[in-house]
Amino acid sequence: MARERTPETPELREERRVSVTSPAGTEASTPLVQLLTPEGERVHHPLYDVDLTDDDYRSFYRDLVLVRRIDVEATALQRQGELGLWAPLAGQEAAQVGSGRALRPQDFAFPTYREHGVAWCKGVDPLTLLGLFRGASNGGWDPQEKRFNLYTIVIGSQTLHATGYAMGIVKDGAVGDSGGEAVIAYFGDGASSQGDVNEAFVWSAAYHVPIVFFCQNNQWGISTPTSTQSRIPLYKRAEGFGFPGVRVDGNDVLASYAVTRAALDNARTGQGPTLVEAFTYRMGAHTTSDDPTRYRLSSDLEAWKLKDPLERMKSFLFKQQLADAGFIEEVEADADALAARIRKGCLEMPDPDPLSMFDDVYAEQTVLLEEQREELGTYLAGFRA
Amino acid sequence: MMLTLAKALNEGLRAAMERDPKVVLLGEDIGKLGGVFRVTDGLQKDFGEARVFDTPLAESGIVGTAIGLAIRGYRPVCEIQFDGFVYPAYDQIVSQLAKMHARSKGSVAMPVVVRIPYGGGIGAVEHHSESPEAYFVHTAGLKVVSPSNPADAYFMIQQAIASNDPVVFFEPKRRYWEKAEVDTDATAEPLWSSRIARPGTDLTLLAYGPMVKTCLDAAAAAEEEGRSLEVVDLRTVSPIDFATIRDSVRRTRRAVVVHEAPRTVGVGAEIAARLSEELYYEMEAPVLRVTGFDIPYPPSRVEEEYLPDLDRVLHAVDRSLAY
Repeated sequence: MARERTPETPELREERRVSVTSPAGTEASTPLVQLLTPEGERVHHPLYDVDLTDDDYRSFYRDLVLVRRIDVEATALQRQGELGLWAPLAGQEAAQVGSGRALRPQDFAFPTYREHGVAWCKGVDPLTLLGLFRGASNGGWDPQEKRFNLYTIVIGSQTLHATGYAMGIVKDGAVGDSGGEAVIAYFGDGASSQGDVNEAFVWSAAYHVPIVFFCQNNQWGISTPTSTQSRIPLYKRAEGFGFPGVRVDGNDVLASYAVTRAALDNARTGQGPTLVEAFTYRMGAHTTSDDPTRYRLSSDLEAWKLKDPLERMKSFLFKQQLADAGFIEEVEADADALAARIRKGCLEMPDPDPLSMFDDVYAEQTVLLEEQREELGTYLAGFRA
Repeated sequence: MMLTLAKALNEGLRAAMERDPKVVLLGEDIGKLGGVFRVTDGLQKDFGEARVFDTPLAESGIVGTAIGLAIRGYRPVCEIQFDGFVYPAYDQIVSQLAKMHARSKGSVAMPVVVRIPYGGGIGAVEHHSESPEAYFVHTAGLKVVSPSNPADAYFMIQQAIASNDPVVFFEPKRRYWEKAEVDTDATAEPLWSSRIARPGTDLTLLAYGPMVKTCLDAAAAAEEEGRSLEVVDLRTVSPIDFATIRDSVRRTRRAVVVHEAPRTVGVGAEIAARLSEELYYEMEAPVLRVTGFDIPYPPSRVEEEYLPDLDRVLHAVDRSLAY
């Protein structure tokens, strides 16, 4: 039912370039790649399309629902004191599932601390994420195995790591055809102000590396609106650094998928970096420690509710007769089961052995840390005696 | 009035801003939100967006532009949101802020305050519980202070702002919500001085910021066992008020230094070295340190084992007294 992705021709590349350089306008007049309207109508775009089966469409919806359920359950667990903190992704499911599903198995992702949807697509167990926010670990998964780096809390740092990784791909000669490797670096509107992010843009352009900068513009850096970070739409920043930028409807999972897929494929075939700005909205708080009522209007939130990424995909499935009520119920049941599993797993999660804090600080253990490990061990044993 | 430490800082900032129109506050989320710890709550509303402003999300930018504002004659007070987020600004602090006065042979003052909530014990995720003060203590040209209680918070922030030297102002975040009586009409003690927070005769506990309360609790517990511990609240860790430390330890002849920061090349190491240089023949025991370990701050479920607490302080006291 879907046509092949339009191959990148010089004309289209030029068109993309031109669209990037169109004069700055209001947010409303800024071109936004969309394949699904908020009402779930399928619309077409001259540059971007998807090549998905009916099963794919259903599984996209399933992922959206499961990812939201993870988020809801984690938020509840934090409220109940089981997690120290949680960074909700509510509202950003489509941007994350769309871009996460666009990754090919050989691609490597560098997340922030909110990429729970991408983690899901990369096969990271949600319980592992919970361990991080519970304070049971500072990482939790093997980045090499998952091709998903550890969460990065310090804002923007990971964009340089992603750039360096992509430089390594070039050095290894692993770009050039459809089997080539690509990297995706996640960050947000706030991070776009960081020196590291701007340096990552400079380096990626200079070395023409296979990278996609995926910026989820969720409109808020804690209490600070995107307008404090940038006077122009963020995707336009790319042009000044020498690579294309595109804004996609971040609440449209199909568009997020199509745009990211095209950008990754351009990267892996040696066409260099792309900045994708996924225009979306942080429906919840920055983290569970935050109180958004202090700085934003509920009317803003209400307007964005109408663009909900899950409802949009559900409407599409119904309109296209790709799913019935039975399927929706089945997905809900899967979500319930997942929520129950992570709740149980969280409650049963053991605390780490205190002495393990001395492990793995170095690849080669030092005498000093061995001594301190013994010192703490002896001290703690004194209480048990 | 009864104030939490956070509110005392807020009142101190307010007083400094009322006194001097050149005082400006900048940082992430300090305006409408009032900072993630609400230390700047209400200040933008009362003083306007020209004097209290949210910056783009970039710490190097916060400190770098503060330097420019200072050259222009302002007294910027920067908020760094958490200890672990100061490092993007580290270059500006160490290479620029700290050296400008010396490089300009005194013609350019740097009356910049960099406020940093620091320390652990709040169950936070990584980069939110660190104690990086030693990096700054080790940097010539910076002054580094940390209040331990609301009254000091109220006065020390004003004194730091009034200082013509750059001050890194470490705020003990786990003590933000502890209340105490603050007499705003009292005469403030000099900023660069330490204070005997509790007099004693058998041993001196030396601490600053969040560990002062821990040491006071330890001293109270020790008293029940018939031991008289003196607690010195350092307040300033650069410069270190060594006269106060020396006078105390000369009397008690024993010293234990306590901080959350890792042990190696920490503030405790400097104090121990100077005590051994100056009071070698007068002391009954080597200076002991109760500190964090030389590891990255651990996941919060084991931070209690990492952080010095009352038991670990008393354990060190026992060892010192056993010499």
